[in-house]
Amino acid sequence: MMASRDDSTGLTVRELRVVFDTSRGPIFAVDGVALDVAPGEVMGLVGESGSGKSVSLRAVARLLHANARVTGSVRWRGQELLSLSDDQMLPIRGAQIGIIFQEPMAALNPVLPIGLQIEESLIAHTTMDKAQRQARALQLLDQVGIASGATRLAQFPHEFSGGMRQRAMIAIALAASPALLLADEPTTALDVTIQDQILRLLLRLKDELGMALLLVTHDLGVVAETCTRVAVMYAGRVCETGPTADVFANPHHAYTAALLRAMPGSGPAQAKLIPIPGMAPRLDAPSPGCAFAPRCTVSEPLCTTTRPPFVQEATRSSACYGRARL
Amino acid sequence: MNRGAWLLGRLAQIVPSFLLIGVVVFVLARLLPGDPMSAMLGDHASDATIARLNAQLGLDQSIPVQFLAFVEGIFRGELGVSIAYRVPVTQLIAERLPATLILTGLSAVIGIVVAVPLAFIAAMRENQWPDLVIRSVFQVGLSTPIFYVGLLLLTVFAAQLHLFPVGGYGEGWADHLWHLFLPACTLAFSFAAILMRSLRGAILQVLTAEFVDFARAKGLRSRLILGRHVLRNALIATVTLVGLHVGSLLGGAVITESVFAVPGVGRLMVESIFARDYPVIQSLTLVLAVLVSLAFLVTDIVQMWLDPRVGR
Ligand SMILES: Nc1ncnc2c1ncn2[C@@H]1O[C@H](COP(=O)(O)OP(=O)(O)OP(=O)(O)O)[C@@H](O)[C@H]1O
Ligand SMILES: [Mg+2]
Repeated sequence: MMASRDDSTGLTVRELRVVFDTSRGPIFAVDGVALDVAPGEVMGLVGESGSGKSVSLRAVARLLHANARVTGSVRWRGQELLSLSDDQMLPIRGAQIGIIFQEPMAALNPVLPIGLQIEESLIAHTTMDKAQRQARALQLLDQVGIASGATRLAQFPHEFSGGMRQRAMIAIALAASPALLLADEPTTALDVTIQDQILRLLLRLKDELGMALLLVTHDLGVVAETCTRVAVMYAGRVCETGPTADVFANPHHAYTAALLRAMPGSGPAQAKLIPIPGMAPRLDAPSPGCAFAPRCTVSEPLCTTTRPPFVQEATRSSACYGRARL
Repeated sequence: MNRGAWLLGRLAQIVPSFLLIGVVVFVLARLLPGDPMSAMLGDHASDATIARLNAQLGLDQSIPVQFLAFVEGIFRGELGVSIAYRVPVTQLIAERLPATLILTGLSAVIGIVVAVPLAFIAAMRENQWPDLVIRSVFQVGLSTPIFYVGLLLLTVFAAQLHLFPVGGYGEGWADHLWHLFLPACTLAFSFAAILMRSLRGAILQVLTAEFVDFARAKGLRSRLILGRHVLRNALIATVTLVGLHVGSLLGGAVITESVFAVPGVGRLMVESIFARDYPVIQSLTLVLAVLVSLAFLVTDIVQMWLDPRVGR
């Protein structure tokens, strides 16, 4: 399923830019991101470390701080989120768009019981009374696979193991039943068996709740297995998006091709995204052309001087001059 | 370990520290230059008079015997007889302690009531004018000597505007509070400055924490986030400092009581030091040390109440 540009039911991100003002000058962390997530869809977002995946998610949920300048367009159900006030964002955050952070330990407040941290969301978005909220919190813990929920609700984050904190964070993000879940590497901090459990949990909940999922991951195998579509990011830009199978079988961008080539052995099915040779791009001085050109094997002079346009055709989009030479 | 056991352990730690304080106090009083006889009787007393008084006060005994008598006295609640006032030290301290307790308590309350909201305002408006104004005013509070602040308040609000009494302690609770308000403000100024600075810093620190962003991601109102998520964590980082500062509040009370002629233990301490009144100096130091230890204990209890990670 491909969301079109004027989609008024899902998420449509266009020309998203985030510049951080730092003491050492501006950092162009997100430099033109385009993304679509249709209702009920699982969309993958991949890219090497520092390519701007987390910053993009936070920009969508309007969670960045005052040192970030965010421009472009983030349309959610036809509404432009970037022009809403903080008060207008309140009913959307948590209730319509939920987010899971990369670091579960840091995302939980160390001094509040888990039960309260779940219930807060219900207090903000529902008319449930205390008994109903507690029942719902118990149900959520059960859904994310935390046993003996009643005792757990009164406990604090430091009494939870890493995997349980991750589950608790998911329970909190899901409390008010959002229609879209932004999941930032929900499994990276965990060991392999738990990774698998959490991933299957998210997919099951997606099916049960009819929720859309924007899944950030380093794991191309996970993308191949779970995501209907994928967006590949490099240096704050989306290089290409399209149905996962098509993109992996026949990449339209040199960076995607390099990623797939760099994977050992049997293709994406069981491969982690590993860094490709060359220098990481500079975010303080973005190139006027394609950011990947210095590491690209098929670049031409035009690539270093003029940014390739994002070309949309049928179900896929990409921004690469060298596509024909891949 | 459960929290009750943790608290008991914490109480047990106090016992050896009290013992140590006793020894230090006893030794220090005897290291002070000058002797109490010349302070009390003047330089021209006869040797016979001096010997009689020495025997009466037990000062002719050996130092270890004096120490034992001192410790034994503590356990019997008898702290000896003041050399200068010729009344039991216990009675003297009982008369003077309430003024000091009210003074420091009131100044702690004033400091907290003033500093906590201002710390929030300053942190919310970081580097904007409210922050800059609040910080510069308190910078003055930190760098101005306490007796000068006292004299200033005394001159303006008592002598010129006649809003408050010039000194003394008054009769009855309301009168006490009214008399002690200016001295308490004096004492509170530097305390509030330190509290405001550290709380402001702690709030700014907590505001960058991921869990604050996660709380925002739930769609919580910013006031709720500040009150529930930020304040508590910022206070945890600050209470220890408040507890540590009770000692300097008591130290500041010595000066403030002198400026405002408050009949508290601070002024008694100054008088006793000038008079080499060993029994009073010893007992007062002991009492003050116990008060500071109790303040630490209260701090720990507050810390335990605020922070679920403590004592588990
Ligand atoms: N608050 C900030 N201030 C300045 N720079 C920032 C800030 N947050 C992120 N960045 C920078 O933005 C860039 C993109 O960061 P981001 O966290 O989005 O990367 P990522 O793709 O999520 O990487 P990873 O896979 O390691 O999580 C990085 O270079 C990072 O240093
Ligand atoms: Mg990230």
